[in-house]
Amino acid sequence: MTAQVPIAAEAETALAAPVRRSRGRGALVLRRFARNRTALLGLVLVVLLVLFAYVVPYLVHWKYTDNDWNNLGTGPSGTHWFGTNHSGQDMFALTMRGLQKSLVIGLIGGPLSTFVAALVGACAGYFGGWTDRVLMWVLEFMLVVPSFLIIAVLSPHFAHTTWLIFVVLLAAFQWMITARVVRSMTMTVKDREYVLAARYMGVGSMRIIFRHVLPNLASILIVDATVQVGTIVLSETALSYFGFGVQPPDVSLGTLIADGTPDATTFPWLFFFPALFLVLLGIAVAFIGDGLRDAFDPSAAGAKARGKAQKKRDRASGAVAGPDAVALPGARNADAGGGDAEVISLTTGEGPRTAPTAQEGLSS
Amino acid sequence: MGRFLLRRAVNYIVLVFLAATGVFFLASVSLHPEVNYLEKHPQPPLASVYTQLHAFNMDPRVPVTTRYWHWLTQLVLHGNFGLDWQGGSVGAEMGRRIFVSTELLLVATILGSVGGVAFGAWNALRQYKPSDRASTLFSYLMLATPVPVVAVTLRTLDNKIGSPIQYTGMYDPRVHGALAVAGNNIEHLVLPTLTLLLVQVTLFSRYQRSTMLDVLGAEFLRTARAKGLTRRQAVLKHGLRTAVIPVMPLLVYNIVLLFTGAVFTESIFGWHGMGEWLVSSIGYNDINSVAAVGIFTAGIVLVAGLLSDVAYAALDPRVRT
Repeated sequence: MTAQVPIAAEAETALAAPVRRSRGRGALVLRRFARNRTALLGLVLVVLLVLFAYVVPYLVHWKYTDNDWNNLGTGPSGTHWFGTNHSGQDMFALTMRGLQKSLVIGLIGGPLSTFVAALVGACAGYFGGWTDRVLMWVLEFMLVVPSFLIIAVLSPHFAHTTWLIFVVLLAAFQWMITARVVRSMTMTVKDREYVLAARYMGVGSMRIIFRHVLPNLASILIVDATVQVGTIVLSETALSYFGFGVQPPDVSLGTLIADGTPDATTFPWLFFFPALFLVLLGIAVAFIGDGLRDAFDPSAAGAKARGKAQKKRDRASGAVAGPDAVALPGARNADAGGGDAEVISLTTGEGPRTAPTAQEGLSS
Repeated sequence: MGRFLLRRAVNYIVLVFLAATGVFFLASVSLHPEVNYLEKHPQPPLASVYTQLHAFNMDPRVPVTTRYWHWLTQLVLHGNFGLDWQGGSVGAEMGRRIFVSTELLLVATILGSVGGVAFGAWNALRQYKPSDRASTLFSYLMLATPVPVVAVTLRTLDNKIGSPIQYTGMYDPRVHGALAVAGNNIEHLVLPTLTLLLVQVTLFSRYQRSTMLDVLGAEFLRTARAKGLTRRQAVLKHGLRTAVIPVMPLLVYNIVLLFTGAVFTESIFGWHGMGEWLVSSIGYNDINSVAAVGIFTAGIVLVAGLLSDVAYAALDPRVRT
């Protein structure tokens, strides 16, 4: 790492210098994201998981509905990569089917909850007054309402309909904290000149919100949508684990893990293969989320932390200064030059408050 | 300030009341406690099942509003949570389960908070050293791992290495004698506590690490060093104290919420606490128990919010007015 960074960084500064002005914000964020290796790893992982879930099942012989009556509860082998369960279903096919469901639920539910959060938060912040008071009261109410209990109690009602209702319910209990953040950020944006200008020109309120307010909060919304994907997947798993979510004959990673739990010691493949894919999905989403956060907000995490480490090292002593003491300044300058100079970065504004609820679903 | 707090408290009570009402109506409409009786063989006649349920205020023939009014007056005037589907007192059951949850969570939360803060601070001090990188990677892994996977993995490991630690239930019913039961009880605490610890320590240490990193570069630490304190003294006395303040409300919030959040740990390790009740009460279609869980959960969110505000005010002199 120490050897590559300065070269890459110098090359980048050299290349970036002449064209710097013409770069848009999106391109910059993209470039910073691409520079982040863990974030890229996360992205690759997600793409691989999607491919695994949607393409590979067509290439293998066993479908998740098939029973192989000659192999009941046998371990991983050439014919059944992940083994079979007690009724002879191929665990690989089942896991892929479960992964499909979990992916779809996460990828729909995460952005959906962010959308609700953006809409409610922006309306509350923009209109103020009674709209604000009512919406914030609803928000507080939603925080108090025991979400797990309510979805669980309602689950028999949507057991025989579509799982999409389940996704909507999951998202309905997930937007509150983000909405608060969006509200407070909207309040700072709404008095900016361009919003005032739009208003005096007679642009409708909702239009202003969608055209001028929300695009300015894009960074936090994109990061939030990513983080929410992970949260929704975990909530889905939790509910399905107890039989309140995805209903048989359909499977999700949650139901597979629940089915494998009693046999985890004797038939480990029933439990640990679905668990492995769930963890992989979670890690990939977390990597992407963190990468996006750093890419949108260079001053917050990556750049600043590196600066501090450098300062500390400088203070410690000049004697220890190995190759990286020379290397780091280069990388830092590249960061500062490529990032801070051009971008009016909107800090994500996420205090530690955001995550506890993200944990709530799984926290135990 | 006092009036503000009072208004907030009144608002919260209204919110809890509405949430509880909502849960009661939802449970009354969706759950069918008669199923429990119809499973019996020979099947009792439906009329006698309804008569039985009538005594528990769960008779589906009575309009929901009437049942609600009965439930509410009993609750508000007598503090009575009603009866469960077998005729037991829901209030007494709640007391028992709160006790069980407290025993399970007390050690785990204390160790988890202290451990999380210490681990996070230690990692911040050693930023970018191999130990910090390793624990960052580990925490990514832990935070992406759902609790049931952690719990079942620990259980499986316990079986595979043939360790003598028992893990199902609070204690082995075959053990007799107060001291032996207590010892056995502690043995049964090991795996669930470890599960909770792994999750909590990683979560808390991430926050502590980032607040600590912010503090480590601060001017006042340099002042403390200039004053003649060693680095260790300065970090412990001035750095850590400042860095803990923003994490504290989070700790309090999480710990209080854990009382209903330990669903997986309690279910997998067979502890009949509040978290397990959340699932089992729905499984038994037990309307009054579900309503009690609803009140408890809603109430605890408020308590958590208020306590974390108080913790913040108590620690941070800037908030106090």
